[in-house]
Amino acid sequence: MKLDPKIPSGPLAEKWTKHRNDIHLLSPNNKRKHKVIVVGTGLAGASAAASLSELGYSVEVFSILDSPRRAHSIAAQGGINAAKNYQNDGDSVWRLFYDTIKGGDYRSREANVYRLAEVSNYIIDQAVAQGVPFGREYGGLLDNRSFGGAQVSRTFYSRGQTGQQLLLGAYQAMMKEVHSGRVKMYNRHEMLDLVLVDGKARGIITRDLVKGTVHRFEADAVILCTGGYGNVFYLSTNAKNSNATAAWRCHKRGAAFANPCFVQIHPTCIPVSGDYQSKLTLMSESLRNDGRVWVPRNKDEKRHPNDIPEEDRYYYLEEKYPSFGNLVPRDVASRSAKMVCDEGLGVGDTGLAVYLDFRDAIKRDSKEVIEAKYGNLFDMYQNITDDNPYEMPMRIFPAVHYTMGGLWVDYNLMSNIPGLFVAGEANFSDHGANRLGASALMQGLSDGYFIVPYTVGNYIADVDLPKVSTEHEAFAEAEDSSKKIMDKLLAVKGNKTVIEFHRELGKIMWDKVGISRSKEGLESAIKEIRALRDEFWENVNVPGDANYYNKYLEFAYRVADYFELAELMAIDALDRGESCGCHLRDEYQTEEGEALRNDKEYAFVSAYEFLGVNGKLETKLHKEQLEFEFVELKQRSYK
Amino acid sequence: MSLMTINLKVWRQKNAETPGKFEDYKLDGVSEHMSFLEMLDVLNENLIKEGKDPVEFDYDCREGICGSCNMVINGRAHGPKHKTAACQLHMRTYNDGDTIVIEPPRAAAFPIIKDLVVDRSAFDRIIEAGGYISVKTGAAPEANLIPVPQDTSNEAFDYATCIGCGGCVAACPNSSAALFTGAKIAHLNSLPQGQPERDKRTVAMVDQMAKEGFGDCSNYAECEAVCPVGISISSIAAMRRDYIKAIF
Repeated sequence: MKLDPKIPSGPLAEKWTKHRNDIHLLSPNNKRKHKVIVVGTGLAGASAAASLSELGYSVEVFSILDSPRRAHSIAAQGGINAAKNYQNDGDSVWRLFYDTIKGGDYRSREANVYRLAEVSNYIIDQAVAQGVPFGREYGGLLDNRSFGGAQVSRTFYSRGQTGQQLLLGAYQAMMKEVHSGRVKMYNRHEMLDLVLVDGKARGIITRDLVKGTVHRFEADAVILCTGGYGNVFYLSTNAKNSNATAAWRCHKRGAAFANPCFVQIHPTCIPVSGDYQSKLTLMSESLRNDGRVWVPRNKDEKRHPNDIPEEDRYYYLEEKYPSFGNLVPRDVASRSAKMVCDEGLGVGDTGLAVYLDFRDAIKRDSKEVIEAKYGNLFDMYQNITDDNPYEMPMRIFPAVHYTMGGLWVDYNLMSNIPGLFVAGEANFSDHGANRLGASALMQGLSDGYFIVPYTVGNYIADVDLPKVSTEHEAFAEAEDSSKKIMDKLLAVKGNKTVIEFHRELGKIMWDKVGISRSKEGLESAIKEIRALRDEFWENVNVPGDANYYNKYLEFAYRVADYFELAELMAIDALDRGESCGCHLRDEYQTEEGEALRNDKEYAFVSAYEFLGVNGKLETKLHKEQLEFEFVELKQRSYK
Repeated sequence: MSLMTINLKVWRQKNAETPGKFEDYKLDGVSEHMSFLEMLDVLNENLIKEGKDPVEFDYDCREGICGSCNMVINGRAHGPKHKTAACQLHMRTYNDGDTIVIEPPRAAAFPIIKDLVVDRSAFDRIIEAGGYISVKTGAAPEANLIPVPQDTSNEAFDYATCIGCGGCVAACPNSSAALFTGAKIAHLNSLPQGQPERDKRTVAMVDQMAKEGFGDCSNYAECEAVCPVGISISSIAAMRRDYIKAIF
């Protein structure tokens, strides 16, 4: 396996412009002869499908949900970053680039991240022109708020529903192209496998989730926009249908999987309340602009939080990180929450929560001002917990939220399989070991609107793509192997449900491959994952049949893949003998408990090649060395 | 923490062609902190263990934003809590021994797929007819070149917040999609960016709504009452006003 990042030469600020000038074009009448498959309709998928269709390609787009508008990008709350510098606070493309590379703890590619920052401003222009109702000032111009890991205000927002509004913008742009006839939409279709012909990605196998039938689709290129794999942990802020199957199947067909252990644990989520819990709910990071995070100073504190006087409150983020305070990056905030809870200072029934308190902000600004900023989030909190956050502090705890790892891609966002492009959270590209808030929406839309449409065209113009038919034996083989997996799952007829297995897997992952990891814990996690996987294939109970709507069969297929991916995540976490960003190894910490990076030995992207599963996952590690030409590697400090 | 026993009457239907009926289930050990959908998860786990077919229902985000869930609970779309999607409903709303009736949203334009799952693709086709501003990627002017008064932007947001769940259709005696269609028209037509296509959009979307087999609006306002995000029926007034202006 050869991994060439294909980073263009030249000064950082000129790479993308130069590359765009160099890449090959297709004439408009040739574009319509080429078909591109887009899998997933979140921000990356919908924006890519719309943009490619506008260019003239024939596009087929697939969603597992009943409408593309429901993709999980819709749930992003806080905002989207861009380097507009509308606040005149000194922001620039360079600063957004620098904050993102530093926020990612120097484990991402300079060239990719710089391009992301460069393109960010066009996204805002595009969204405004589509009618996305961003927050505005009295003069009618766009407003900004602050987010973690930055000292400028560069985050654009639509109340607490920025993801929804941006996704609807991209969805509507795509529906405009459906109307034009160039985009064909397949809803309630799940990708089961990737089809390679002559070493190139030439199609996919899908299941019509309503009829249960399996189908073949051919194309000149496949763009995977299927999101992250946070649901490996069972409990996460991801939607229930978000899954890793499409990406994992591509990995099994030869695509390298990069940095699988980089998982972001978001600091502000509603804590777990019981065993029946099916998912965790995020409270936007924007709340940390006005909310103060604290725990009682005394372990045996019994008083109601409102009765605890100032001197008995431990505002641990403000004390430990005076210059960033409550706005430290997510990894630092999550780790700190875990540390105070480990010390026995946690609150609530389980002791696994900290307070996020708006008392002082309400006193300072009035309840009305706070309500205007965060009203829908406060309502959501009250709905779930039955507590009123205007009157008492919220209880929050970290939860799995986003995966920085994903399929390996080069500068063109193409995987090591020619013709397989990967965009949005599904790739590993831009966030290194930790993603800053309001950067996921930026990356999804940057990839979909402004990068993939160029680079896919370049690929199609460049390579020889003889016509393939879905009758080709590669399609038959892929269809057959997908069907066999379903038949096998249905034939087990064991005693434990898919959800029971998934919950157990999630517990192993949360306890041993979660906020902090150790050699000992990871080695035991790998053993436990293998044993549970074996048991899954012997004892799972999948109800019903494959030939009609059957949600539990869909889940079983996905959980089977999680069992393999989970092992890879633990293997990677074990191999990375340093702490960086969200990856905290107990053995590698500074005296103050901060992540201790090891740039000498670990300044690389871990890219894994799949070799097989036989009791254990057989895998081969390839390293893409990260070159830092333009920024100096420093120990991150938010003090 | 108190645990409850809940009696359920759930609509079971194999597919659009086969007639459906209510089945009764008794569920013990329901915690007040469970969400309504988690209660149904527990029911399904029990059914699977008994070798029975689990109840199919649509869901995804479970945060009230994706619009997947839209079941009708005791005759009311999304259940009893005002401005709350079914997935955000919690069992603390109910008492020990309560009977809860759960059925799919019923409308000719939403054919049943299985149990509580319906086909809402008619909504996509209404958006496809004109629910967008035609701007190609790359063609947008600088964002602050188009100032939008704060009030206008806030009003546009209030309409744009529609989650496309179809609760409005389920609640309407006419099975009208006027609130859904009106919300998108009012969102886009209220903004300066939406003006060039205002007439064309309004007529195309309203005509598509009729073609899909949704009924007309008779001002019952049941839709606004059940809307989980509180879309106002003033959007329907805006749609009608713009439709009349566009056709004369």
